[in-house]
Amino acid sequence: MVYKIFIPRDSSAISLGADKVYQEILNESNKRNIDIDIVRNGSRGLFWLEPMIEVETPRGRVAYGPVTISDVASLFDSEFLLGKEHQLSLGITEDIQWLKNQERLTYARVGITDPVSILDYEKWDGFKGLKNSLKLSQENIIKEIADSGLRGRGGAAFPTGIKWKTVLDAPSEKKYVVCNADEGDSGTFSDRMIMENDPFVLIEGMIIAGLAVGADQGYIYLRSEYPHALKILNEAIDIAVDKGYLGKNILGSDFSFTLEVTRAAGAYICGEETSLLESLEGKRGMVRYKPPLPAIEGLYGKPTVVNNVISLATVPIIMDKGASFYANYGMGRSKGTLPIQLAGNLKQTGLIEKAFGISLRELLYDFGGGSATGRPIKAVQVGGPLGAFLPEEQFDTPLDYEKFTEIKAVVGHGGIVAFDDTVDMSKMARYSFEFCAIESCGKCTPCRIGSTRGMEVIDKIKEGTDQEKNVSLLRDLGDTMVNGSLCAMGGMTPFPVISALNYFPEDFGLEKIDTSA
Amino acid sequence: MTLQTTQLETIQGHIEKYQNVPGALLPLMHAIQDDLGYVPEESYKTISKAYNLSVAEIHGFITFYHHFRTHLPGKNILQICRAESCQSMGSENIENYCQEKLGINYHQTTKDNSITLEPVYCLGNCACSPAIMINEEVVGRVTPEKIDQIIKEARES
Repeated sequence: MVYKIFIPRDSSAISLGADKVYQEILNESNKRNIDIDIVRNGSRGLFWLEPMIEVETPRGRVAYGPVTISDVASLFDSEFLLGKEHQLSLGITEDIQWLKNQERLTYARVGITDPVSILDYEKWDGFKGLKNSLKLSQENIIKEIADSGLRGRGGAAFPTGIKWKTVLDAPSEKKYVVCNADEGDSGTFSDRMIMENDPFVLIEGMIIAGLAVGADQGYIYLRSEYPHALKILNEAIDIAVDKGYLGKNILGSDFSFTLEVTRAAGAYICGEETSLLESLEGKRGMVRYKPPLPAIEGLYGKPTVVNNVISLATVPIIMDKGASFYANYGMGRSKGTLPIQLAGNLKQTGLIEKAFGISLRELLYDFGGGSATGRPIKAVQVGGPLGAFLPEEQFDTPLDYEKFTEIKAVVGHGGIVAFDDTVDMSKMARYSFEFCAIESCGKCTPCRIGSTRGMEVIDKIKEGTDQEKNVSLLRDLGDTMVNGSLCAMGGMTPFPVISALNYFPEDFGLEKIDTSA
Repeated sequence: MTLQTTQLETIQGHIEKYQNVPGALLPLMHAIQDDLGYVPEESYKTISKAYNLSVAEIHGFITFYHHFRTHLPGKNILQICRAESCQSMGSENIENYCQEKLGINYHQTTKDNSITLEPVYCLGNCACSPAIMINEEVVGRVTPEKIDQIIKEARES
């Protein structure tokens, strides 16, 4: 009998030793003369349990974790290959509460399949969305996406259907689809997980986007910090070309589409869409003035769809199951699901795909299990380095684009970073400016100069120099940056800074002020 | 410093390969740095002629991107994540530990040329903070003990 074992090849799992565990299990099975078949699957996203290995049993897949190489021999001794008990037993994978309490749509296959097996992909509903789309007119594909309520998951939350319609209506022989895979926000890794663990879903989403708007060429602009994703994407693209999903006359239709990955070069600003396009054109990633919108004049001046990885990877399930299926999840104008990333100082970190509407408190305590250090959670930053810091009194805010806007915060790309009570929020505020100074493209003054002046003003407040004057100067600087910057880099850096100042003035050496006014 | 013939040949080969590729500079510079470990300033003139760009434009391009470097780094590159998630799990201690242990600051190389230390802003390993990357390998939940091991292996490599 051949036993089937699953060991993740996700780079976070590898960063915790998954490759070493894989090697050790191979060695041990050879030593014991046991036939095993190892699948390098994706990660299920329970990173406090990684490396989490699974074995196939008649009861379903049984999980063990976190496994280190020193556990391997005892796992064999306990007959884990038959799904038997061991101190690392986690039971039937599907029954683990963390997974059970999710609604995995975009992430339906992640962790289950072999990322580069196109047979696995097809078996698990892959390319059904594309096949449906090929039977529809361009207008009807876009109508389906618009009706689903899908909004840009990169952070801006712009309705995807409207963006696509603009590109479709822009008259041009040449159009492009560009995937923004420059996932630079700290606390986010959902793009990386899709690219490493289910690359075909992104490829399928991009093909459908191309079909819908009439583009025959696609680029994935991938950050250079993701060498592992680069390998897997290129491998998957080659397979898709081989199987006729990419290239000329896709699946016997009139539609042709080519796709390639471009490696970025470590500039955070290139996650901003116009800067990304400049970079893709082989220039410095300087932000462009808008209008014209990239949908009208994008890459090389041609109409271009620029979408985030998650937006594009969500398209296939919408085109497979229909707009209303997707739109039935979520709340208000935030329809569908969001892959939420729990990061930082939490006991249980990882990926949770959930319909909009779940509260921060549920995420931090029910899923996250509280802080990793066991100390009280003092603040969380949602939506990356440009997102506001939220204090405990705001933990009941439901995850919803509009509700977050009401409290001057952003959902962004769904990354949540928790800090315990040892954090000095004035230091975090200063870091926000420092990061802006390092990463600013320098085109507009508020961002280029404001970020450096901001650090100086915070230093003065902390030293106790003219505190009242300098606090008002800091707020004034914040206003200037919010209203005067060309893009979100300068325009949103004040969000974390001012929220830190408002909610944690004592960290700046100031008296607690009444923020209710 | 003048370039060796083999380096020049490598650069020339890549220039020709990407000559007709739209947005050539990005893949070109990656290709050169992948092979040589850096993009030598001595190559700017050749590239500028081939691509009909000014030397200033090449310089502007290279210096815009954190990833590209114009000097040969040490044998191994150790990047330490400085972003928020890693900060929340004590990355500052890891930064200090590495700098002390190696006796260098960021953007510097150890005397034995074994390690170049660089900051990085997010490796997408935020669920396993603090994180570092040694060459192309990400390591999660790093501790001083793990750093010792990484440095030891890098020095022996």
